[in-house]
Formats: sequence, structure tokens, C-alpha cells
Amino acid sequence: MMEIFDILLSASFWAAAVRIASPLIFATIGEIICERAGVLNLGIEGIMVVGAFAGWMAVYQGAPLWFGVSVAMCAGMLFGLIHATLTVPFGLSQHVVGLGVTLLATSSSYFTYRLILPKVPSPPKIEPFQPIEIPILSDIPLIGEALFHQTAMTYGAFLLAIIVAIVLYRTPLGLAVRSVGENPAAADAQGLSVTGLRMGAVMVGSGFMAVGGSFLTLSAFDTFLFEMVNGRGWICIALVVFGAWQPGKAVLGALLYAAFDAFQIRLQQTSIGSDIPYQVFLMMPYVLSILALIIMSRRAEIPAALMIPFRKGER
Amino acid sequence: MRLEPIDNPSLARKIALPAAALAATIIIGSLLVLAAGANPFATLGLIIKGAAGSKFALLETLNRATPLIFTGLAVAVAFRAKLWNIGAEAQLYGGAILTVVIGTSALAALPSIPHLLLMAVAAALTGAMILLGPVILKTRFGVDEVVTTLLLNFIMLLFVSYLVEGPMKDPMGMGWPKSERLANEARLPRIVTGLRLHWGFALGLIAAMVVWIIQTRTTLGYEIRAVGHNPAAAKFAGIPVNMVLVKTALLSGGLAALAGYSEVAGLKGHLSLDLSPGFGYTGIIVAMLALLHPLGVVISAIFVAGIFVGADSMSRAADVPTYIADMLLAIALLFMVLAILLTRVRLVRG
Amino acid sequence: MTLEVVLRLAGITKTFGDLVANSGIDLTLHKGEVIALLGENGAGKTTLMNILFGHYVADAGTVEAFGAPLPQGNPRAALEAGIGMVHQHFTLAENLTVAENISLGTSSLWSGRLRLGQSKKRIRQLAEDFGLLVDVDAKVGNLTVGEKQRVEILKALYRDARILILDEPTAVLTPQETDALFETLHKAVAMGLSIVFISHKLHEVMAIADRCLVLRHGALVGEVETKNTSREALAEMMVGNKVEPPEVAPIQVGATLLELRHVSTPDMGTAPGLQDVSLSLKAGQITGLAGVSGNGQAALSDLICGLGLPEQGQLVLDETVQNRWNPRDAVQSGIARIPEDRHHTGTIADFDLSENAILETYQKPPMSKRGWMNWSQAKAFTESIIATYDVRCPGASTKIRLLSGGNMQKLILGRVLEGNPKIILANQPVRGLDIGAITYVHNQLLAARASGAAILLISEDLDEILRLSDVIHVISEGKLSPEFPRGTKTPAELGLWMAGQGFEGEDNCAA
Repeated sequence: MMEIFDILLSASFWAAAVRIASPLIFATIGEIICERAGVLNLGIEGIMVVGAFAGWMAVYQGAPLWFGVSVAMCAGMLFGLIHATLTVPFGLSQHVVGLGVTLLATSSSYFTYRLILPKVPSPPKIEPFQPIEIPILSDIPLIGEALFHQTAMTYGAFLLAIIVAIVLYRTPLGLAVRSVGENPAAADAQGLSVTGLRMGAVMVGSGFMAVGGSFLTLSAFDTFLFEMVNGRGWICIALVVFGAWQPGKAVLGALLYAAFDAFQIRLQQTSIGSDIPYQVFLMMPYVLSILALIIMSRRAEIPAALMIPFRKGER
Repeated sequence: MRLEPIDNPSLARKIALPAAALAATIIIGSLLVLAAGANPFATLGLIIKGAAGSKFALLETLNRATPLIFTGLAVAVAFRAKLWNIGAEAQLYGGAILTVVIGTSALAALPSIPHLLLMAVAAALTGAMILLGPVILKTRFGVDEVVTTLLLNFIMLLFVSYLVEGPMKDPMGMGWPKSERLANEARLPRIVTGLRLHWGFALGLIAAMVVWIIQTRTTLGYEIRAVGHNPAAAKFAGIPVNMVLVKTALLSGGLAALAGYSEVAGLKGHLSLDLSPGFGYTGIIVAMLALLHPLGVVISAIFVAGIFVGADSMSRAADVPTYIADMLLAIALLFMVLAILLTRVRLVRG
Repeated sequence: MTLEVVLRLAGITKTFGDLVANSGIDLTLHKGEVIALLGENGAGKTTLMNILFGHYVADAGTVEAFGAPLPQGNPRAALEAGIGMVHQHFTLAENLTVAENISLGTSSLWSGRLRLGQSKKRIRQLAEDFGLLVDVDAKVGNLTVGEKQRVEILKALYRDARILILDEPTAVLTPQETDALFETLHKAVAMGLSIVFISHKLHEVMAIADRCLVLRHGALVGEVETKNTSREALAEMMVGNKVEPPEVAPIQVGATLLELRHVSTPDMGTAPGLQDVSLSLKAGQITGLAGVSGNGQAALSDLICGLGLPEQGQLVLDETVQNRWNPRDAVQSGIARIPEDRHHTGTIADFDLSENAILETYQKPPMSKRGWMNWSQAKAFTESIIATYDVRCPGASTKIRLLSGGNMQKLILGRVLEGNPKIILANQPVRGLDIGAITYVHNQLLAARASGAAILLISEDLDEILRLSDVIHVISEGKLSPEFPRGTKTPAELGLWMAGQGFEGEDNCAA
């Protein structure tokens, strides 16, 4: 038991939790934007791969880090555009198109990687974002190191969540986005363009998913590996449900999930860990996500028009 | 611009649009090949030659198509009921585990045919059970099955990893994480001696026929279609919607598990983590390209397998990365769903 | 009356495939005028207004508002020109508040802040001026139908609409709420607004409109000043020939076939469940259920259809209390169910006629045996329905979504009436049908009554209830009024019950 307390009281554990949560926050916020506008984006997993690859490749080719993040964002928006074109004006199955986009985005990344680096034995490294200490705040014990000794991208993740929450609830644009997810006919009758709003939301949301992916290669690690996204996109879909489609609650969910993930990694190295196969620990986050879905299901917060295509003049 | 339904689409429209989708895929593929600095015609030739250019190549394609027929059928059956089973990968591994457990057990004393049947039944039941969980969560608690079946894939892979490194590890495997090999009686024989094609392929064809008959001739097939088209109307009419979903899940999970059975008993002979290079996910493409038609699944599985096998062989000869196969399939899938939609609606002004 | 023309439609023509929805329609509206657009369902009223409002683009013709041409296919242009439309089906987002729904899209999307405080102030002012009381902070999903309609009107007024188009606004209101609406409209006209009032209810049109335009089969067939015409004359113009209400012959009432004893059911979303409802359906009798939509009709209909057992109380069939009750039990107990929504619960759009015809009977012989379908039986059954019930269609293998509403309803009638059911539940059986189909459906119900069926007719159209029912109940907030035999209550009295008055006294009597 002492070992568990040791983990929970170590600053590095909390710092790791915040770090692990960062890409999830970006991508979950992106998915919330899509779903609030009424579009389920199952392209998330592949779009994160694209973001991880494109951002990293840009930096590897000599671009500054923040430019890499922008490249990731643009790549994500491009795949978001493909998704939105097929699901919004054409109203095709969001399940099928989403999975197709994931496959397309993933394979395009891998194809391009092999094209640019045909014969490398191991992927080259870049110089990633470095942690920035916030003066004074970072001196607070435990919390200081966990929250205020992170990279600029992590700060960006939390900032993004705040901005998106403000936009969704406090601006005419946010109201318009929520209305097309609740009842597109109502938005249409008020002279808003349902197609435009939904496509815009999917593109911007996809951009943030890709930024989440780029966090992996530009901040958490310093290289691009196949399979490195490893289901994080699907976890984010679960986090959206867990967070009841609200940015604040979703951030909380991401932190909880990340804390659990960081905890299981550390628990593996303790005496408890040596008795239990490591796969059990690795399974835990997935099992946890399923449990969270069961507990949080059947709630009224789901956008009423989620997954329902809108066709003008049809009722 | 808006979409207007076409009441009776012409046959020409029904053929021309999917053909255009295929043509567009080939054009984009050619551009990709050009980007890789190779000649599109030569590359296409290499892919076709690699997939069907020789007896060996063709058999390789059919062997690769076999698990895809099963996972494609699994997806086609489930998607008909709008049950989004994205977990064929997990069900496949579930089937593979049971196949190995029974195939390496004391039951090996059984004669070959009952042994093979027992393995198949056990595998199918396991796959069915694996999908049953998410479906019960869906019907009882309203949990979206897309996410649960997806997450189960990851859990199952970790479980297999544990098995082949732990309790099922082959002591004679020189440290490799893989299981013991099946007894000879527990292997699916070749259809024709001398030809490298096992009975799993024939079983796939039979499964496709059976699914087709279920869908068109039985009350279950009628119920599945009704639930898929309009669950509210189905419920109102008295169709037990949740029970139909459960039956669909059992059928779909069982079919996906048979892919694992056929791969282990027919081809690999043991369980390892590289048993499936994503057959479960590729099954979704196979099913969609076949428009969820069970007999179409056979053709599209062979087509998809051909692209993979052909691309593998091509990338050895030309400097085009093998991932072009996945890209082409993703593009084909997206174009195809669009083309199918456009056979039923047209874009009109206003 | 001033002669300033605020709206001019000229030569509007619109076709959908072979259907001519509007042909060469001209219309002018003056400032401070109320015109009524009158016509049967399917006459083209809604299509015309959707063109005006930019939901559809006309094949030919022009629209002019306040002297300036209005670009078509653009709701935003119509809104900006000062045209506000109150749709028959509300276009409100249920999870947003009243203020959010009203202010949606009224300020630039790129302006930084949502000034809801200012909006609310303005909405309250408008509500007071026009007599449209509503809580601006309430979620729309929690409002009554009448309140939702007020929100719809406020939406238009908030945008400074000078022309109001109301599409069948009274269909969902009690007579008293209708009076309140008319009060609001009078205020609006006094303030210089102009109104297009779409309806097929003649007495309302006579009461509110200055001028009537009558549409029939997509064409304008008459235009008269209200003061120079009569209900009868309008009815004749609308239908094309004299309308005869169906003859309801007196009949011997038989035994009670279905009984609800003190039944309560849970609420369904924003609609109330049933509260201590007792009801008997007797052989040879049509029981009419009047009420404003969303007052528990759905709960009652679902209960009888087999979609749920009561939370409290008993459902009694042939003097047997039912403990297990699902849709299949209902069908097998001889209940014919004509659902409210024939498109989404009554039929499966992508199934053909045969597949739809056997939805309730597919699981037993002769349609199937031991799990194997007998498609030739299904086809024969469907063809007999097509012949007997005069379903106009290319054949049994046509997808049902290609049929008109009337023919779809005939197939449903055939499906449920073929087994000579003892009990019939008809929930809004003629909504959205044309006059010919309405007559057909009503005659089928009367024929079933003559052969001894017990019929429950649920309708929001009080005229329909009064015409067909032997006894009438009114439902309000999930409570059921006492039974009123034919002719014992006037429409106005029933209207008071529909508005919820009288139920308290009933409670006292019971206690």
C-alpha cells in the first residue's frame, strides 16, 4: 500500500498525468466541436496520426516547432474537409465515412513517410518543445511541478479548452453551432447556413484533433513511430460522452483518465506490478473507458441532431 | 443546391457511377505512383501480375481473401441491422484462441473431422460471446457499440499478448511469443493436394451462401432488415428488436471468429500477435464495397486481397511503398459510398 | 384600408417530378391586411409559402416584397426583407432556451459576444405589446405547444417582420388559445403588419381574414372578400363540389371489449403520461378522444398498441387483466392499430409493399413456417389488399416510400383490417390526407363500427371527432374527462375541457 501512496504523492506522477492528458484534451475538444454541430467524427484516430506525422515531418524538414503545429492543424483540416463534404451536404453514413477517413489518413501518413524516408532503419529525431517554468507558480509543491512545469503545447491545450467553452456558450457563433447540432431546421429557418456551420465545425474540430496528434511527436516524444496514436482517438470519443459534450467536464475526464494511465505505468514497476502481467495494466485504461461509458450513458445531454443529416425542405 | 431522390434509377446510372468511382480511384492511385517516381502503367501491371499473374500468385490471393470473406460477412450481417460492429478483429482473435486451445489439447486424440468441427463451433461461440457484451450494453444501457467494440480490439490484443508470452507460450518456440502448433489432425487440409489452398476458403464460400439464404429466405433475415431500416416501425409492428440485435450479434461475432479459426487451422498453425494484419478492419471495406451483399462479399474480398498481395509484390520490384494498397482501398471506399448515394439521388438547383 | 402593396407573387409555378404543386399563382398583400390562403391538404398552400420564404426555388414566377424583388431559395433574404414565417411544424431547438432560440442568427456570427441580456429585455417588451406571454429563460422543450407557437411568433417579431405568414397555426391550439392568437393578430394588424393566414378551417378564416384566396390542386380557383362570401361558398370552392358529411347510422352498442381501470403511465419526455385514466371501448361504438396534441394521447395510444404496461392500474381485454403486454400481444388479441405517424412507425420506407403488409404477421403461417418465409403468400396477401382497398401503386414490389400518403394509409388499413379485428385504435388516421382519402378512411371506420368493432379515434381535429364519435372523451394533461354522448356538448364546451377546465370538479365528485 505504501508504494501506492508514494506514487500518488510524487510530483512526477502528476506532471506525467497532465502531460498524458494534453493530446487527449486537444482531440476531445475537437470532437466536441464536431459533435456539438451534429457530426460524429470517427476520423479522429487517423486525423491524429496525420497530425503527428505532418507536424513532425515539417519540423524535421527544418521548420520551427510552432510552424509544425500549424502544418498539423492544416493537415487535419484537409481530412476534416473530406469528412465534412461526404457527411454534411451528401449526408452519407457518419460511421462509414469516419472509418474511411481514419484509414485514409493513417495510410496516407505511412505512405508519405516511406516516400520521404525510404531506407531509414530507425525514425530520425527532432528537438521537441521544452518545458517552461512559470515563475512563482512552479514553486508550489506538488502542484507547481505538475501544472506549471510543462511545455507550451500543454498550456495551449488548457487555453484551447477555455476558449472553446467561451465561444460555445458566450458568442453568437457558438449558439449557431449548438443550434445546428440540436435542430438544424431551426437554424435554417433563422437564415443560418446549416451546411456551412457543420462543415466549418468539422474542419476546425479536425484541425484540433491533428494538433493533439502533433503533441505526441513535437512535445511528448521527439520522433514519429507507426502505431503511436494507438487508440487514443477512440478514447477521446469515449471522453466526449463522459464529459457530457462540455469542454470543462471533458478536460476533467481527460485528466482523470491520464492520471489513471500514469498510475498504472508506475504501478507496473512496484512489487504489486511484478506479480501481475503487464498486459493487465495496459488493458486498464481501455476497460476504464468502457466502464465510464456505461456509467455516463443514457443522459439527456447528447446533441439532439447528432448523426442526423440535414436536407433542406425535408421534414 | 440540394439532393433530390430518383424514384427509379436507370440501370446505366447504377453501373456507370460505381465504375466512375473505380476509375477515379485508379486515377488518384496513378498520381500517387507518379509522386513516388514510378510509372503508373508499369506499377498497375506489377500489382495485377503480383495478384493474379501466376498460379502461385492467384492462390496467395485466395488464401489472403479467406479471412476477409469471414470478417466481411461478419460486418455485412451486422451493418444490415445497423449494428456497428467494428470489433471483428477482437472476435477473430477470440476464435483463434479457442482454435489453438482445442487444437493443442488432449482432444487431439479425436479423429480429424469431429475435431475440426468442434474447434469451429467453439471458435464461433467465443466470437459470438465477445460481441454479445457490447450489444447487451447497447440494448440495456444505450452505450454506443462503435466505441465499445473498438476498445475491445485493443483489450483483446493485449490479452493475446499475455497468452503467447505466458500460459500459452510454446516452450519449444526459442523464446518467440507464439503458441504451440496444432496437432496435424486439427489442421484444415488442402482442397486439392499439391495446391496451396486450404478448406477455409471453401468454408468461406459456404458461409456466404448460408448468410445469403438467411437474409433472403428466413424470418430472421426479414427481421434483421426491418430493424436496420427502421427500428421504431419494427418495434411497433411487434418485432422483438433487442432480441434481433442479439441474434445478429451472435451471427456476426461467430462469422468473424471463423476468420481466426481458418487462419490458425488452415494457414499459420499457431497463435501469435501477427495473426491478423487488421483483417477485422479490412472486413469493413470488403463489406461496404460489396454493398453488404453476402455473395458480393466473396468477390470484394478476393478483389481487396488481390490489391494487398499485388501491392506487396509490386513494392518489392518498384520503389512504391506498400501502404499504397491501404490508401487505394480507403479512397475506393469513400468514392464508392458516394457513387452508391448518387445512383439514388441527384443534385438539383434549389 | 390603405392600398400600399407589401407583397406580390406573380406566376409562381413549381413541380415535383410529375406533381404540379403550384401553377401560375398570383397573390398580392396590402399593408394592414389579413388574407387567408385556403385549401385542402395537398392543395399547394405550404409549397407556395415555402417558395416565398426561400425554402424552395420556383420553376417560374417572381416574388416582390415592399416593391423590391426577392431573390429565391434564400431564407435569409426573406427574413431581411421583413417576412416572418410560423411553420406548421415548429422549427425550435428544444434544448436551447426561449431567448437563445429567438436571438439565434440575429447578430453577426463573428461578433464577439452574445448579448442575451439585451435580447431578453426586447423579447419581454414585444411579448407585452403583442400579448405573447412566455418565460424567456425556459428551455423550449419544457413549453406547451401553445407557448412554443408564441415563441415562433416572437421570433418573427424580434426580427422586425412586417409580414407574418402563419401555416395552419390553429391546428395545435384549443379554441380558447385560438382566440388568444387572434387577439395577437389583431394587435399586429393594428400596428401595421400584414398577415397571410393558411388554413383549411372555414370558421376561423371567416373570423380573421379580410380576403380569402382558395387553392385547389395547385391552382388559384377563387379570390373573394370575406364579407361577401359564406362558409358554404368557400367550402364548395375549396373542394370543387358539395361536401356531404358521412352518414352515421344509429347502431346497437355491444359488450365492453377493452377496458382501462385507473391507469397511470410515466411521462414521455415533455408529454405527460396518463393519470388515473379509466376508459371502456364497447362493440359497435366509436369513442372519440379530443384534445390538444401532447396531452397524453401518445401515452394512451402506446399503451393500447402494446408498447408498454401501465405503471398503475389494469388493462383489461375480454374481462381478462393483461399482465404481459407487447405489440405482438396486442395484434394477437385482435387490436387493429393505425399509428399516428404512418411514415416512421406505420411503415418501413425502404421495404416494398409486400414486406410492409406482413410486418405484423410475418412470424406465423401462412407467411412463414418454422422460420422460413413464404414470399408467394406474402405477395398474394398484398395483392388482395391492393385490390380490396384500392391502393394505387405499380405493384406489390414497389417501395412504399414512393406511394402517396393516402395510398400508404390504405395499405395500413388493409394490413390491420383484413383479420376483422374486434378493436381498432385509429390515431390521427386522416392527418395529411386529401379529401378523397379522408372520406375513404372514415367510411372504412364506419363500416367496421357497423360490423361490431370497438373503435377508439384519437384526433386533434375537433370537427372530425364530432362527426364520427358516438361518445367523446377529452384528454388534458394526461387526465381523461367523463364520457360525453353524441350531441351533449358544444364545441365551445369541449374546448374548455381541452384547455384543462372541469377536471378539478371531477376530482371532487370522485372524492
